[in-house]
Amino acid sequence: MAPRVPGAVTADYGDGHAARHDDRAYSAEATGTPTVRIRDLRRSFGERRVLDGLDLDIASGEFVALIGRSGSGKSTLLRALAGLDRDTAGEVSVEGTVAVAFQEPRLVPWKRVLANICLGLRVADPAAAARTALAEVGLTERADAWPLTLSGGEAQRASLARALVREPRLLLLDEPFSALDALTTITMHRLVVRLWAHHQPSVLLVTHDVDEALTLADRVLVLANGRIGYSCRIDVPRPRDRNQSQLAGLRTRLLAELGVDTEGTR
Amino acid sequence: MSSGPALLVQTQQGTTGGGPGQDSRGGPARHVVTRRGLLRLISPVAVVLLWQGVTALGIVSQQKLPPPSEVWSTAVSLITTDSAAYGTLQGAMLISLERVAIGFGLGAAVALSLALIAGLSRIGENAVDPLMQMLRTVPLFGLIPVFIVWFGIGNLPKILMIALAAAFPLYLNTFSGIRNVDAKLAELGEVLHLRRRELIRQIVLPGALPQILVGLRQSLSFAWVALVVAEQINANAGLGYMIDQAAQFLRNDVIFVALIVYLILGLLTDALVRLLERKALSWRRGFLEQ
Repeated sequence: MAPRVPGAVTADYGDGHAARHDDRAYSAEATGTPTVRIRDLRRSFGERRVLDGLDLDIASGEFVALIGRSGSGKSTLLRALAGLDRDTAGEVSVEGTVAVAFQEPRLVPWKRVLANICLGLRVADPAAAARTALAEVGLTERADAWPLTLSGGEAQRASLARALVREPRLLLLDEPFSALDALTTITMHRLVVRLWAHHQPSVLLVTHDVDEALTLADRVLVLANGRIGYSCRIDVPRPRDRNQSQLAGLRTRLLAELGVDTEGTR
Repeated sequence: MSSGPALLVQTQQGTTGGGPGQDSRGGPARHVVTRRGLLRLISPVAVVLLWQGVTALGIVSQQKLPPPSEVWSTAVSLITTDSAAYGTLQGAMLISLERVAIGFGLGAAVALSLALIAGLSRIGENAVDPLMQMLRTVPLFGLIPVFIVWFGIGNLPKILMIALAAAFPLYLNTFSGIRNVDAKLAELGEVLHLRRRELIRQIVLPGALPQILVGLRQSLSFAWVALVVAEQINANAGLGYMIDQAAQFLRNDVIFVALIVYLILGLLTDALVRLLERKALSWRRGFLEQ
């Protein structure tokens, strides 16, 4: 596991998981080194080239949302960043610890919530760290519950706590809210923004929901034809509302990039 | 010889079929005092009453089917008197229990070790699994004459027979349990940078446990069947020997007593595993909702 030091730690998943430690005294932010640097990332499944020469930088503390039609390779990119895919070509480097919250919360069902948060956590007092994380997501009283007794929202909050307790420099969110009801999703959006503001990780949120991307991110990327086809910055201050007029134009544009004609039948 | 084991297997596999997770139907061992438990007692009690009725009225000859009352009094006399032909019931039971315990323990230990070797590494799988898959198709009771030639007629061939019978279901279930652990959880382990040892102890083995327990129940019932068969060949003590003797003296009542003891012992060991299941799998939805 990558140590949590201010110096740069580069995990190059592109050439067989070589991890290079770089004990420079200055921090990544000071030099402007991005947290994520991807160059010419390629990944094929059989004949199909899902990622085809993709370049991407994510700045330290930046919240990036990645949208794309289904099958466009959003998850493939996320898996490459998480180090779960060894068959990619090109350069992927991530500074520091990476944590993932998956679409299904993936809590280990035979471990109580607290033990799930502690899983693989290598700090002096894992339980104390886990309790702090649970308090942050508002799940303190469910610490001793079995995962199968949690609601969808609670389970996703536990999953977030498990990711955050690792103090990641990069937090990967793989459609974590797509299975939640509308009200729970709004609560979760606020929670994520709060946690992000507090911990300042770089975030890559994979989603198919344009409004979700517009509500949360600093920058929205559209993945098409194996690379970043469109990128736009959102300078609207948070908290945002999906009905805000400033977002309407962006929504139309993003939907157009996704191939949805908003002027016509939709 | 066939009715005892067949009955036993049916009872045990009937409850095994649903799997431990969905097994919320309860059983006599679990809900003795609940309303549902009482309801479940109705049909067995009715069968015993019917059995008593048809035999007492002479519809079925008592020589062929001794009435429950006679089986009961025979059981009492087998317990209280040490006869030359049968010994005591509890003595026979203890000998049989000992054979099952040793044989099952041996078989289970070997099966679990081999399943771990095969389940946790590709090399292990290639080395162990083909052999196990081949051996399990060998008809077990066809091996009895070979075992007698190899190991004589003492306790050893009987214990080995039981061990062999117990080993296969446990091996197969443990192996497939390990292999069927949710790949998404294995991936999670990778993301959380779990060490291999942590992954095995915290993810793989607990994930395989439900199926390991199913295997345990199957292998216990197989062990009892193997005991019945093994004990009727060249035994000089134990429940099977008691049945063998009784058959020669045309004592159907004694045979029934021995079969019922087999049945009770089988149910008890099954209940024991179910208790273990409830302890170990308390996180499962089926148990949580109770």
